[in-house]
Amino acid sequence: MAYSDKVVDHYNNPRNVGSLPKNDPNVGTGLVGAPECGDVMKLQMKINPETQVIEEAKFKTFGCGSAIASSSLATEWVKGKTVDEALAIKNTDIVRELSLPPVKIHCSVLAEDAIKAAIGDWKKKHGVEAPAAAETASH
Amino acid sequence: MAVKLPIYMDNHATTPVDPRVLEAMMPYFTGKFGNAASRNHYFGWTAEEAVENARQQVASLINATAKEIIFTSGATESDNLMIKGIAEMFREKGNHIITQSIEHKAVLDTCKNLEKHGFEVTYLPVQRDGRISLDDLKAAIKPKTILITIMYANNEIGVINPIAEIGKMAKEHGIFFAVDGVQAVGKIPVDVQKDNIDLLAVSAHKIYGPKGVGALYVRRRNPRVQLSAIIDGGGHERGMRSGTLNVPGIVGLGKACEIAQKEMPEESVRLRGLRDRLKAGLESKLDEVYVNGSMEHRLPNNLNMSFAYVEGESLLMGINDVAVSSGSACTSATLEPSYVLKALGVGEDLAHTSIRFGLGRFNTQEEVDYVIDKMVQVVTKLRELSPLYEMAKEGIDISKMKWQTA
Repeated sequence: MAYSDKVVDHYNNPRNVGSLPKNDPNVGTGLVGAPECGDVMKLQMKINPETQVIEEAKFKTFGCGSAIASSSLATEWVKGKTVDEALAIKNTDIVRELSLPPVKIHCSVLAEDAIKAAIGDWKKKHGVEAPAAAETASH
Repeated sequence: MAVKLPIYMDNHATTPVDPRVLEAMMPYFTGKFGNAASRNHYFGWTAEEAVENARQQVASLINATAKEIIFTSGATESDNLMIKGIAEMFREKGNHIITQSIEHKAVLDTCKNLEKHGFEVTYLPVQRDGRISLDDLKAAIKPKTILITIMYANNEIGVINPIAEIGKMAKEHGIFFAVDGVQAVGKIPVDVQKDNIDLLAVSAHKIYGPKGVGALYVRRRNPRVQLSAIIDGGGHERGMRSGTLNVPGIVGLGKACEIAQKEMPEESVRLRGLRDRLKAGLESKLDEVYVNGSMEHRLPNNLNMSFAYVEGESLLMGINDVAVSSGSACTSATLEPSYVLKALGVGEDLAHTSIRFGLGRFNTQEEVDYVIDKMVQVVTKLRELSPLYEMAKEGIDISKMKWQTA
């Protein structure tokens, strides 16, 4: 299977790899997927409680090149956005940006789930009710 | 010495044609183009002579006689013919077939097809080492069993089954024994007499011959095996496989068998050395790598390893100047991880991280060393990226976590 140039670029030079302290009250962590499905994404965001702006984002992903690229792109996109803006990111935006083929759409779905899960975790820490994040990733 | 890239190390999928094989084939495309079935002119005789010579070369490699070899379009056809041919010929005698869960799809799907036509098939499980248990086999035999079909060596993990023991058991029970010999023939000694094999499927392109040609050994004595044809036509190949013979391909298969027979003792030792070097290199430089299947009962040219916490397709993407294959779901058409590794009891998480290395005649030590370095570099990089590796290092038991699964 040929990968798009953007997928290859994110794979070769993943953006924002790493971890943030998960016990920091301003850090939201999303861990989605499952090892037996071949994809696990961990997406973390440091969110300013005053402005609700995502100041930092980090990821680690176990998965194919498209999964790595989807999560790398997600960190790039959420940085500097407000929580509401980040929640508006759709998996189809990721598919379009990375030119993912149909068999890789689940990678983008997982990235969207990861964003929602991380923000949900942050909101929970701040006593805000978590949005009804997608409970299951479709594979 | 600089290695030439890309490196091909996927010799279970296919092999390049040996230049000596190609040279033997060439005259049969142009000057010696006759139809081997043309019995009354020079062109036909020349082709027939070449085919009969190849038949002898194939027979010799497996300790059969030339008359027991029929030529086909490849091992998938041979597998179909040996199983469906016996099933149809002997369906009055019984409708039960025994196979195993990690056969090649050419055998599994043929058996599934027969199930739709009134046959009952037992799919034996394999043990953790990738071999069937002889006790399981014995317990599965019924009065209605007409055929046991078990592969000599597996195409993913290279594990070799106890073929001689199975052959003996089949013979004692008067059951035909059909063997998919694709990965074993030409790589390790295969002897249809010693192993009591009644039918054996062979492919040319796995042994440095051309694609599109294969053979089926059909025992003629003790017992004489009869088969129903699955392709009707001019009655070629003793009526078992109609169709004009692919003379250049058959010549190539014959030559490939001749070379394999002559060079196997030396080649298998060399490849085993390279394989062991590859394994030792990876194991010494990476933690948490696991060999899938028995190392003791294994083809000399195969290594199948799981690289924990690193997904197979992303690994392949990182080593894109090395051609190997993965048991990861993402590399298969079905999005399911390898059914072979699953049958061994390898967890799905580790199945996703498996890589199959298939060494071959044209691989060198320099290439092996390059592959070791590249693998270590990419696995290390991807583990830095892996949340599972991070969790494992923190002492979290990933298998006990609750994951959101579909």
